Amino acid sequence: MYKQGKYPIVSKKTLAKGIFDIEIYCPHIAQAAQAGQFAQVAAEGFFLRRPISICDIDKTKGTIRLVFEVRGKGTDKLSELNKGDLIDIIAPLGNGFKTLEKDKKCVCIGGGIGTPPMLGIAKEYGENATVISGFRNMAAVILQEDFKSCGANTILCTDDGSAGKKGFVTDALAEVLETEKPDIIYACGPMIMLKNITKMAADSGIYCQVSLEQRMACGVGACLVCACRTVKDGQEFNSHVCKDGPVFDSEEVVFE
Amino acid sequence: MSRLNVNFCGIDFKNPVIPASGTFGYGREYEQFYPLSKLGGISVKGTTLHRREGNPAPRVAETPSGMLNSVGLQNGGVDKFLNYELPNLVTKDTRIIANIAGSTIEECAELAQKLNGSAVDLIELNISCPNVKQGGAAFGTDCLIAGEVTKAVKEASDKPLMVKLSPNVTSIVDIAKSVEANGADAVSLINTLLGMRIDIRTRRPILKNNVGGLSGPAVFPVAVRMVWHVANAVSIPVCGMGGISTWEDAVEMMLAGAQTVQVGAAIFADPYAPVKIIEGLEKFCEDNGIDNISEIVGTVKPW
Repeated sequence: MYKQGKYPIVSKKTLAKGIFDIEIYCPHIAQAAQAGQFAQVAAEGFFLRRPISICDIDKTKGTIRLVFEVRGKGTDKLSELNKGDLIDIIAPLGNGFKTLEKDKKCVCIGGGIGTPPMLGIAKEYGENATVISGFRNMAAVILQEDFKSCGANTILCTDDGSAGKKGFVTDALAEVLETEKPDIIYACGPMIMLKNITKMAADSGIYCQVSLEQRMACGVGACLVCACRTVKDGQEFNSHVCKDGPVFDSEEVVFE
Repeated sequence: MSRLNVNFCGIDFKNPVIPASGTFGYGREYEQFYPLSKLGGISVKGTTLHRREGNPAPRVAETPSGMLNSVGLQNGGVDKFLNYELPNLVTKDTRIIANIAGSTIEECAELAQKLNGSAVDLIELNISCPNVKQGGAAFGTDCLIAGEVTKAVKEASDKPLMVKLSPNVTSIVDIAKSVEANGADAVSLINTLLGMRIDIRTRRPILKNNVGGLSGPAVFPVAVRMVWHVANAVSIPVCGMGGISTWEDAVEMMLAGAQTVQVGAAIFADPYAPVKIIEGLEKFCEDNGIDNISEIVGTVKPW
């Protein structure tokens, strides 16, 4: 059950250049929210809301965290909001990640700004989570301490090797899969990354869920602009990222 | 709310505010925010004879004070509407406007026929969708064809017929007169204005369809002008839309000659927009001693 309202920002941090972390006090939303869902955020002076994934949920404190990257003028406007300001959101939206029993093992994979939604789901598994995250370079690395403090085993990759291992998250995933077989893989990031992970998961017979993004308008499933190609029972059709997703079973996504 | 009660095409609407086709689905998503019974009516997502997949994404681009869309009439087809959506909608205590779109004149007539005897209150014939290759705006930009398709649907249907007009024409008044002459019971206007945005880095249009329909506050003055011209040229009622986002906009549109109004893209920015407009109109009537909102229709005093 999603709600629209203006809620206070209780903390704001800069995680890396152009990447901001805001914590919002919205008890009803926090209570209903699941890892992998998103919020439609209004940016003052801009017509359409910006979809931003929920990074973390604290049901006790009644807060959610949104971590976003300044991509254009709208997100730049959002980055001007500070602690104490009200933020206009509709949340929680879409389908979150499917969670297995806590003793199951998961691998969470985030590429760049696809990393934040992995925190909420990694927390569900604690020590049974392995989090692989990949960034361009050391300056872009975010959330590693958060993953560690929830007990997860973390593997950091950068394209240029300036932090963690040099290489892509898929290289790290291949290494992990050599020694263990997780029960589920979660991934969010660029489409090419998701496509490769989907193939690796299928080859290893591991259930995999991916979180997609697309330009949106309503965010609730009415306007149908955020189409994505999906397949079920051999039939291809357009689903919608906001309502049918943003989390999909990877085998249902048609990658170009 | 008797001050807002309006009669449109012989149908009683509890208020003149209707979410516009394509912006509200069939109401299910917005029922999470408020009961649909608050609304005068709902113009449902454009319905075609067969299921349509629509255009590839991206289908939306933000613009100054508005947006472009190129959805392309994705919908489950008329049978799904009749069997799945309509039974739900009839329980909501609001007027149901079936927006229909066909690729051919025969298809439009067949669609209308399928709705005969159903709980649909009013048909809105879409001859103005800019995002489909056949039918759509191809019907709505030619006076003769617009008249022909109107006539065919009117003859096939047992419902009042409203025809939704395209603004992408030389004279929307000529199209309005043609559909009136061929039996339309009302007109609704405007559909979206054809537009385009380009990503200057990739030199690619933002929309995969290259072009799409512009809506939102950006188009409002164009819509007011067209409603005013059309309302003065035809004797059938006009449903005004295009960029309405506040109750003041709704009043302005009614002064221009609209008996009812549709609210579209504004809902994406604020899901409560239609409800706020209804409340604003109610207060406007109270504050100005207006017994019924219909009194203001067409009462602009032009220079």
